[in-house]
Amino acid sequence: MFKIQHAEFLAPGIKRFVIEAPRIAHKYKPGQFVILRLYEQGERIPITIEHSDPERGTIRIVVQSIGKTTHLLNSLNTGDSILNVVGPLGKPSEIEKFGTVVVMGGGVGTAMAYPTAVALKHAGNRVISIVGARNKELVILERELRESSDVLMITTDDGSYADKGFVTDKLRQLIENGTRIDLVLAIGPVPMMRAVAEMTRKEHIRTIVSLNPIMIDGTGMCGGCRVLVDGKSEFACVDGPEFDAHRVDFSVLVQRNSTYREAERKSMEEFQHDPEKQLEAVHAGQTGACAVEGDGR
Amino acid sequence: MTQPTKPASLNVLKPNALPMKERMKVPRQHMLEQPPLERATNFTEVNLGYSEELARREAQRCLECAKPVCTTDCPVGVKVKEFVQLIVAGDFLGAAAKIREDNVLPAITGRVCPQEDHCEGGCLMGKKVEPLGIGYLERFVADYEQRHLDISNLPKAPPTGKKVAIVGSGPSGLTAAGDLIQKGHQVHVFEALHTPGGVLVYGIPEFRLPKQIIREQIDYMRAMGVEFETDVVVGRTVTIDELMEEEGYDAVFIGTGAGLPQFMGIPGEHLNGVYSANEFLTRINLMHAYEFPKYDEPMVDFRGKNVAVIGGGNTALDAIRSALRLGAGKAFILYRRSEAEMPARIEEVNHAKQEGIEFQVLAAPLEFLDDGKGWLAGARCQKMALGEPDASGRRRPVPIEGSEYVIPLAVVVIAIGTSANPIVQSTTPGLATNKRGYIQADEATQKTSRKGVFAGGDIVTGSATVILAMGAGRRAAKAIHEYLTTSGDW
Repeated sequence: MFKIQHAEFLAPGIKRFVIEAPRIAHKYKPGQFVILRLYEQGERIPITIEHSDPERGTIRIVVQSIGKTTHLLNSLNTGDSILNVVGPLGKPSEIEKFGTVVVMGGGVGTAMAYPTAVALKHAGNRVISIVGARNKELVILERELRESSDVLMITTDDGSYADKGFVTDKLRQLIENGTRIDLVLAIGPVPMMRAVAEMTRKEHIRTIVSLNPIMIDGTGMCGGCRVLVDGKSEFACVDGPEFDAHRVDFSVLVQRNSTYREAERKSMEEFQHDPEKQLEAVHAGQTGACAVEGDGR
Repeated sequence: MTQPTKPASLNVLKPNALPMKERMKVPRQHMLEQPPLERATNFTEVNLGYSEELARREAQRCLECAKPVCTTDCPVGVKVKEFVQLIVAGDFLGAAAKIREDNVLPAITGRVCPQEDHCEGGCLMGKKVEPLGIGYLERFVADYEQRHLDISNLPKAPPTGKKVAIVGSGPSGLTAAGDLIQKGHQVHVFEALHTPGGVLVYGIPEFRLPKQIIREQIDYMRAMGVEFETDVVVGRTVTIDELMEEEGYDAVFIGTGAGLPQFMGIPGEHLNGVYSANEFLTRINLMHAYEFPKYDEPMVDFRGKNVAVIGGGNTALDAIRSALRLGAGKAFILYRRSEAEMPARIEEVNHAKQEGIEFQVLAAPLEFLDDGKGWLAGARCQKMALGEPDASGRRRPVPIEGSEYVIPLAVVVIAIGTSANPIVQSTTPGLATNKRGYIQADEATQKTSRKGVFAGGDIVTGSATVILAMGAGRRAAKAIHEYLTTSGDW
């Protein structure tokens, strides 16, 4: 059981959790993630760690409601618990002094890019952050990013805040203006990461993306998270999650991530039909009513 | 639960009344099994076990050899003759206790051990008739013990004040933990997944090893005093060095298991519907994907469609028999050598055939075919012939030119083995590995290159069996005990 010390919405459908997980907090490095499971019948999902506080023994995650599990998770509040949280998983981001680094976050990817931006800044880099959201309400971590970036650029798809457009528009401007860029880190939806990769490939700018394939154990055991990198299988959970964007086959990633679309839709429908009942199942596990260790069979 | 009182007569072991020359005449007693076509549609255990009467009748067949090969051929050295004599005498709890002196997981080995390679393989009776049903008898007494023994008050050894960390709760780790707790050491088991048991939980299906059995065995170990902590990936969540330097462990046993699934490197392996055996079995066994949407983890729906598993080991058979139970239309094993070279247990092969699994041997896929939308449509395969023996001593498969054929498939499961998981090795400075990345450990003591650190099971040997991993756990426990109770030289 991992207690939620604090939970708050950062934006509609995007919630930040502070979770008591002393072991993970102690070991975490930017770029790493946890896998969590909410209740006995729950699936295991990977979520990037946004921050850790080793002294208090807590980690922070930022979660966007997309499918059933993330909706359920975002229904939890301060004082609730999460059944299983394991990590920190994956290789940490490569942090060194590169020179000028452009950190790009799309949507909730902003929360995943943020800790690496901070670490890159500490390592002496000039950090230009570009974050994009669909609209004004969904812009997150603006204050935090402003503090840890030399330059912060914000775009919204509908122009309701800052500049209308996409993060790639800003990157193009930087390139066209002749800004020297030593490294690009892009984290967000696959189409965004792919567009960034295509743009920087032509310019020969080293580009790192953090991939989000389907995962179960997170230790390399199942091979479900395999991604095609330079034509070879690599496991995002142990070889990644960060990869050289110019070597990644994004089409295969999109295709594999669609494997369970139908099942996910069905799960979501059932959840929406009676969300309270599902939430009860999560809470039941926390009060010990279903505290059978193991798989509940 | 009450413990049955022992009959007074058992203070003196009642000898086997059956005359020696009659014993060979009694046929091997078979366990009841679920009928093949019935069990092919459910996940309930195939074997239903012995009754007390059947067990005693089988036990009476034992020839009580002066030098029992069954014990010397057992990786953990179970005293077979002695526990079988206790069954003959009707002292089933005594028989269980006798097994537990050498094997802390009898209900598990009684079900999944390849007895034909070990105890039963050497059984003298097997030279003339069928060998003694040692696995069946072990399973019987373990199940009897589960029903009748009160574990709330197990005797505990006086504490030694030494702490041992066990990394991984699979067969080797559980065995080491069980042996060490009986020596009075404090034992803490770390498990990466959310449930203890390792491959016993995520790998071996319900119909061969019910999860309830594993839970009971782990409850027994808890009752003995073993502590379990799930959700810890040693190497990531905490390192071996931190365990020893910051958390005060005097010794560590690494039993992290086989590791990363191997793929074939042929076109189409990234198509939706292509699984590693580890993923396929984990979705079913650990995550209950077959009970979707009651459980949230899904799997590709292949009901009424063709499923093939590539490989000929126990894992391959577990995967294909699971697929059949989940409603596969046709279920194939594709194996590149002949049936004689298959590494799987004979019993599993027979069970699979009875259930209707089709064995396409001497055949290997060349390519997985795309339906045009990123989903698996089938496999283009090639027939093989057997050539000269290779490094493994088995005859090498040689492709037959012009023998290519296509089979339509909705799901393919690749069960061709695993390679070493590097997480512990790469985060433990000075821990020597071999060229394949497995941890180097002494064969007799399981000692690694790092003082106080022992390793055993698949992370040392590569993929092997439950009982071989248990043997390593046992040797390690003995060496750890020696290390902790002597000067601690390395």
